[in-house]
Amino acid sequence: MLTWNVLLMQVLNGLQWGLLLFLLSAGLTLVFGIMNFVNLTHGSLYMMGGYFGAYAYGQTHSFWLACMVAVVGAAIVGVLLDRLVAASLYSRDHLDQVLATFGLILIFNELVRIVWGGNTSVVNPPEMLTGSVEIFGLRYPLYRLMIIVVGLLVSGLLYFIIHRTRIGMLIRAGATNTKMVSALGVNIKRLNLIVFAAGALLAGLAGVLNAPISAIQPGMGEPILILALVVIVTGGIGSIKGAFYGALLIGMADMVGRAFLPIAMTEFFGRAAAQLTGPAIASMGIYLLMAIVLIARPQGLFGGRHA
Amino acid sequence: MESSIRKLIAAAALSVAATAACAAPVKIGFLGEFSGPQMAYGRDMYDGFMLAVEQGGGKLGGVDVQILKEDTQLKPDLATQVAQRLIEKEGVPIIAGVSFSNIMMAIHRQVTEKEVFLVGTNAGPSPLAGEQCSPYQFFASRQGDQQSEAVGRYAMEKGYKNVIAMAPNYQGGKDVIAGFKRTFTQGVTDEIYTPLNQLDFSVELTQLAARQPDAIFVFYPSNLGISFVRQFHAAGLIDQIDLLSMGTVDALTLPSIGEAATGVISGTYWAPDSEDPASIRFAEAFEEKTGRIPSEVAAASYDGALLIGSALAKVGGDMSKKEEFMAAMKAADFESIRGKFRFNNNHYPVQDFYVVKAAKDSKGRMNLETLQVYPDMADAYASQCAMK
Amino acid sequence: MHEIVNNSPRWPATNANASRLEHLSASVNWTAAILILVLALVPMAASAIGELYYVTLMTRALIFALAAVGLNLVLGYGGLVSFGHSVYLGIGVYTVGIMMDHGITNAWLQLAAALLIGTIVAGVIGALSLRVKGVGFIMITLAFAQLLYFFCVGLRDYGGDDGFSLNGYSDFGLFQLGDNNTLYYAVLAVLAFTLLWVSRLISARFGMVIQGCKSNERRMVALGFPVFRYQWAAYVLSALICVVAGFFIVNLTRYVSPAYMQWTVSGELIVMVVVGGIATIVGPVIGAIAIVLFEEFASHAAFGLPGNADAFIHEHWLGALGVVILIVALCLKQGLYGSLFKRSARRA
Repeated sequence: MLTWNVLLMQVLNGLQWGLLLFLLSAGLTLVFGIMNFVNLTHGSLYMMGGYFGAYAYGQTHSFWLACMVAVVGAAIVGVLLDRLVAASLYSRDHLDQVLATFGLILIFNELVRIVWGGNTSVVNPPEMLTGSVEIFGLRYPLYRLMIIVVGLLVSGLLYFIIHRTRIGMLIRAGATNTKMVSALGVNIKRLNLIVFAAGALLAGLAGVLNAPISAIQPGMGEPILILALVVIVTGGIGSIKGAFYGALLIGMADMVGRAFLPIAMTEFFGRAAAQLTGPAIASMGIYLLMAIVLIARPQGLFGGRHA
Repeated sequence: MESSIRKLIAAAALSVAATAACAAPVKIGFLGEFSGPQMAYGRDMYDGFMLAVEQGGGKLGGVDVQILKEDTQLKPDLATQVAQRLIEKEGVPIIAGVSFSNIMMAIHRQVTEKEVFLVGTNAGPSPLAGEQCSPYQFFASRQGDQQSEAVGRYAMEKGYKNVIAMAPNYQGGKDVIAGFKRTFTQGVTDEIYTPLNQLDFSVELTQLAARQPDAIFVFYPSNLGISFVRQFHAAGLIDQIDLLSMGTVDALTLPSIGEAATGVISGTYWAPDSEDPASIRFAEAFEEKTGRIPSEVAAASYDGALLIGSALAKVGGDMSKKEEFMAAMKAADFESIRGKFRFNNNHYPVQDFYVVKAAKDSKGRMNLETLQVYPDMADAYASQCAMK
Repeated sequence: MHEIVNNSPRWPATNANASRLEHLSASVNWTAAILILVLALVPMAASAIGELYYVTLMTRALIFALAAVGLNLVLGYGGLVSFGHSVYLGIGVYTVGIMMDHGITNAWLQLAAALLIGTIVAGVIGALSLRVKGVGFIMITLAFAQLLYFFCVGLRDYGGDDGFSLNGYSDFGLFQLGDNNTLYYAVLAVLAFTLLWVSRLISARFGMVIQGCKSNERRMVALGFPVFRYQWAAYVLSALICVVAGFFIVNLTRYVSPAYMQWTVSGELIVMVVVGGIATIVGPVIGAIAIVLFEEFASHAAFGLPGNADAFIHEHWLGALGVVILIVALCLKQGLYGSLFKRSARRA
């Protein structure tokens, strides 16, 4: 049962999930790191991406158009959030930020229910991606392969921006020492806005990309928000590299927990025990991992100093 | 002089109160999920129930009723609060609805202990069919295992050898698989329980692709079902493995799944293509009112409302006559859209079950088509119930 | 805060500060005392207007008030944002539930067991979490809460995700918690006692040190205070208060479920503390009552608004709550109690 092509498939599954998580975590880690802002609304931005995409898809039946609308829409919402709410909270303590963004989650969920009802919306993948491709005897959905490709492309793009452009340098500087950057005459407000909007854009992208696979419903942002928080804390707040490796780590861990742990448990403890504890351990595993990393290295795997 | 005026006033007040009490509508609490991914269930249930009320002109069985709709958000702890409120503040004599078995299990005791009637129109958990049965509980739908028992029988008849079962990891899921295993005496090769909120099945689907069973039997309600079937289709597995199911492809999920569901087998207790005239009238009225094809959940709720109506008629709307109401409910003397309807000793119905297939109907919409009927199925727990 | 420089070993604070403290504790106790008195009248008022349901509603409010008071100890006074206190509610709920399931209805035993388990769990989580500062602390408390949540979800024998309902009530020997009024007064009594105890604690040296850590931890370390030990103690104490709240809530709903341990419950507790007024004695109580009553009335009361506005509010009251929370976070930093009753001796 555990042949090497199955192993490969599962690794691809873990990779795909991890990359999707990375899209969501990249923006979040920068917002946490540079602005020192606990942003629980990030999950809602992911949700808005999904909803904008679903709406656009419903009107045009074009997946690509839906993606664009989702991404732009989420970025706009991000800008509005930054200007209207977040900007006044950057200087406040974490408690106020937690509270305000928690309130925003409730507001977004209700807004979405008011506008689109509580129904589940549906986005279909584009025609050319509905099939599956044969990899070493097993079929892997083309659409998921596309997500992997997009994820890797975005990672590459982010790496390039962060390490090879001026704005990337500013972002890295801001993540290390915000006050100094501001003191050096950089318009920190504009930098914050750009980072926030970029994060929102990526979250929206994740939302619309995941839409054909999962379901678009109110409250869909919270479960994935928790995971994103785990990713960035494990990887190190403020570090894109940390978010990348953290996301892949969490994605793989989740996959291992679901795919291989039950098999291992069945081998050692028998089927009944595996069925009994397997799902629970799989769910707990990620949090255990984060706790261990934090205890051993409180700043996360790649975290630098942050305020 | 004064005292006689006082008596007159008292008498007048009493008679006004008496007439008011007689004219006061019977309050029926209706619990369902009207938010969250499972709201499709709550909505269908409520629409089916209210269709009967509206057709009766705001009355059931000729008695004025007031339906108090409450949202449980699929949270058992919230449901206990809501039920407490309905009983203590509103003083409802009947609570109806309840889509999910975990909600039913959370509230049943506090409802029946207070001698309030609990008329379930969807959830039918096994403990309440057996040891924890109560004379105040009635189920207009079915016992939760029965639909999968029907599919299990069908699977045996089809001669599948290697079947893997999958369901979400909660009591309802385990009940469903237990029902399947009861009739699929061949024995399932494996059971996979996924976390209740997991919408991405890539890992499990890869395992299935590797193991290549003859068929899989799944129970994934509402959003889980939509996600699972679409991903199953996207993974190309629909051509390799037969998909047997329960509660996964129905009128609630088919509009969202679309053609990807073609060929999926399911088990139900009300088939949309039934030729019973009452059923056809119901389906047409429901579609006219809501624009959707009714699901079995809506059908059961409609029947549940008619059932309550039949009992209300017999007690003339006077809910203080609890013994008589109970007897009237047990008699189930109403025109069910499922044809014949009678209760077993544990107040669960004995009824026909259908094995259906998802396919396009005559109007080109995704619907369910009957393959097989198993008449007069009773649930497996009736003997464990002490009631006669 | 020059009182803190005086590290006399005597406990509680020395005589030099007696008059100021006397003044403070007097003013604090007044508000709390009046509040307790008013709350004690609720069952009588409810039966007078014939709406016994309000006793149940207020019991729920008071239980959350208790949990909020507990959280306030570490969040408001200690400045440590714990996003995982719902775990301790869950410990109270599950300990009582499991014991009850096995036939042990003695409330003293249940409380003792719950407090013991709570101490161990809070001790471990606190010790590990306090190693991490700032945002990391928030996240790690969240992580531990999720961990235990999924652990309880995995407890198939106890219903797993669905949980299970209880047949009986906790029995204190002299009285049972089966009657609505008895339960209400039991919770009120415990709440009153806790308020008194917390106010004493805060006015004493322990409270001073904790608040000092909140305002400037480095200075406290420099002054030679064992900061970690104080914070750890505060964390465990706050957890234990939540465990007791859990004990009561399972008696109110008679339902054991992991739902009490979800991170959203932790969030709600934080909301209650802040909306009421952090670092005040009665603030959390006000906040909890306000939130629970808001929930009830926003979703059920007839406002008499035109058109479908009433039904709209009933359906979307969570959004209204979100707006309230946002406004409080942005403008009413001191919370309802803090803003309405501006006290000259305001802590940090």
